[in-house]
Amino acid sequence: MDLKRYYPVVVLILVVILIQILTSLFGITFYLTQLTMSAYYSLLTIGLCMLMGYAGQISLGQAGFFAIGGYTTAFLTTVNLIDKAEAPVLSLFKSLGIMVLREDLYGNKILHLSPWVAFLFAVIITIFIAFLIGVPVLKLKGHYLAMATLGFGIIVYRVVLGTRAFGEADGITRVPGFNLLPGIRVSGDFANRVENYYIAWVLVIIGAILLINLVNSRAGRALRYLHGSEEAASTMGVNVSRYKLNVFVLSAIYASVAGVFLTHFNAGIGPSEASVMKSVRYVAIVAAGGMANLWGTLIMAVTLNFLSLRGVFGTYDDAVFAVILIVIMLFAPRGLIRKGVISEIEFAFKKLKPGGIIKVKRES
Amino acid sequence: MNRPYIRTPVLLEVKNLNKSFGGVHAVNNVSFTLNSGIIKAIIGPNGAGKTTLFNIISGILKANSGRVSFKGEDITGLNPHEIAERGIVRTFQNIKLAGHMSVLDNVMIGRHSKTRAGFFAAALSLPWTIKEEARTKEVCMEIMEMFSLTDLANEEVSNLPFGKQRAVEFARALAADPELLLLDEPASGLNIYETEELAEVIERIKNKGITILLVEHDMSLVMDISDEILVLNFGKEVASGLPEKVQKNPEVINIYLGEG
Ligand SMILES: Nc1ncnc2c1ncn2[C@@H]1O[C@H](COP(=O)(O)OP(=O)(O)O)[C@@H](O)[C@H]1O
Ligand SMILES: [Mg+2]
Repeated sequence: MDLKRYYPVVVLILVVILIQILTSLFGITFYLTQLTMSAYYSLLTIGLCMLMGYAGQISLGQAGFFAIGGYTTAFLTTVNLIDKAEAPVLSLFKSLGIMVLREDLYGNKILHLSPWVAFLFAVIITIFIAFLIGVPVLKLKGHYLAMATLGFGIIVYRVVLGTRAFGEADGITRVPGFNLLPGIRVSGDFANRVENYYIAWVLVIIGAILLINLVNSRAGRALRYLHGSEEAASTMGVNVSRYKLNVFVLSAIYASVAGVFLTHFNAGIGPSEASVMKSVRYVAIVAAGGMANLWGTLIMAVTLNFLSLRGVFGTYDDAVFAVILIVIMLFAPRGLIRKGVISEIEFAFKKLKPGGIIKVKRES
Repeated sequence: MNRPYIRTPVLLEVKNLNKSFGGVHAVNNVSFTLNSGIIKAIIGPNGAGKTTLFNIISGILKANSGRVSFKGEDITGLNPHEIAERGIVRTFQNIKLAGHMSVLDNVMIGRHSKTRAGFFAAALSLPWTIKEEARTKEVCMEIMEMFSLTDLANEEVSNLPFGKQRAVEFARALAADPELLLLDEPASGLNIYETEELAEVIERIKNKGITILLVEHDMSLVMDISDEILVLNFGKEVASGLPEKVQKNPEVINIYLGEG
């Protein structure tokens, strides 16, 4: 097997470690908080990169899947079942570790589902919804598909915003930490900062390795192929609708897992995570990253999310991503981090100049 | 029997096939059988319905009525990938390749229905998937050798000249190990030398035991290599049989002279 494809993973691991060491050395570990959050957003974005960049199926509904993951775990790990604690089913669940009993800051006893169970639940619900949405929607192409997934994103946004159980505009707060393994806990506690930075990046690295494997496999080739010509792919034996559905569900799982982890890390989730502008942002990042370019997408995702979380874009936060999207569509519609992009940008500039289009037409 | 020389079993049977687009009756009650191991050509002027017929057989279009059976199995209305899985593979009149992918990738997709690695196994890079992939590559490199594509293996297909792209389509089709190969105007866009090479390639494919259904405009190529000919005009059968016989059919002569 060609091991070269894993070199970037090694580089990524070294960079992750180096950044952690440097921030500790200079006493600026607070940066790790935003880098942790950026990591989770990156996880979602590389999933979208697989769907959009490689398989050519756009989705403006990824924030919806992120929110489905985040809200499911937030709801299940905060809804208090202490009143019903005596019910035989619940005590059985408790002894099996499916339920956990904890005390909040004010000493109130809270009985709720264990985060692990909530996590599995979130993923299962996500898969279910992604199938349900994907079957009809993936029959559409291009901007029709964009519209339909956008519609899905809007529905999720309105649902979380309008549902009492989901805290309406306030979202769900006081979400407990997630004990992944004994001693390893996803939470935003100050003391867990370094640990959480590594948890997030290990997750991203695992996610990236799975995608690299997929891209370079028979299944990945079929995905890339249907991007080029659905008709040719299908006549060569690729079940196009099933492949599209599979990659759609896969990207939804990436979004949902990111939502679950970030919600535990932030101890809550609000409706803004489900907003359409978030979905637009993810699409913009994949485009900027070079579309069918996992590493480009990852670099863009970390950089832009980090800057955004640091507040560098100020009140223009959403606008910056919209501008990025417009500029890329105008000057480099096949993405930014990519071979041959410079000449393409030059060409686009020529086209934009007055009289430029006529000149280009004559040349061709 | 008017074709006593053919003793091989029937591979493909097309019966009373019809397809209309609005007012255009593109395929009008077409029936024919194809015995295994031979080359059958479908000829006729532009718009005669040849490509439409191929689109129906390969599952891209659904017929309005009629039946297609392959090795005795009714395959009418199956999806293209299901038809490919049964061993029917085609090339396109207007080359359909993934231009952004390498020559090797474009040939390797041909083996899709002969291999197994799915999403899960591939993402986990299970050892058997790695072996399978290596084997696929090996088989495809051999086929590419036959078309002198080896040196271009990692070249992006869209950078290739037209003739080479045709070769990639052929290699892709052969990678699928088809029982029946449908070739839609394989000589269109090729120069005289390339067409001669093509005739050789087609003979070689036939010698591997692959049955060929060939749509072609180039009469000399057709007369050279085909065992049987079916002539269509405005979606209807005009004549069929041995090349020598069809060649002398006055209606056929009329169509071809009339076309100029
Ligand atoms: N997808 C389609 N939609 C509408 N009309 C079509 C379509 N495909 C073919 N036709 C029409 O059907 C007729 C037969 O076309 P075609 O099968 O491509 O002919 P040939 O391959 O013999 O040149 C033509 O009149 C063509 O315009
Ligand atoms: Mg045609």
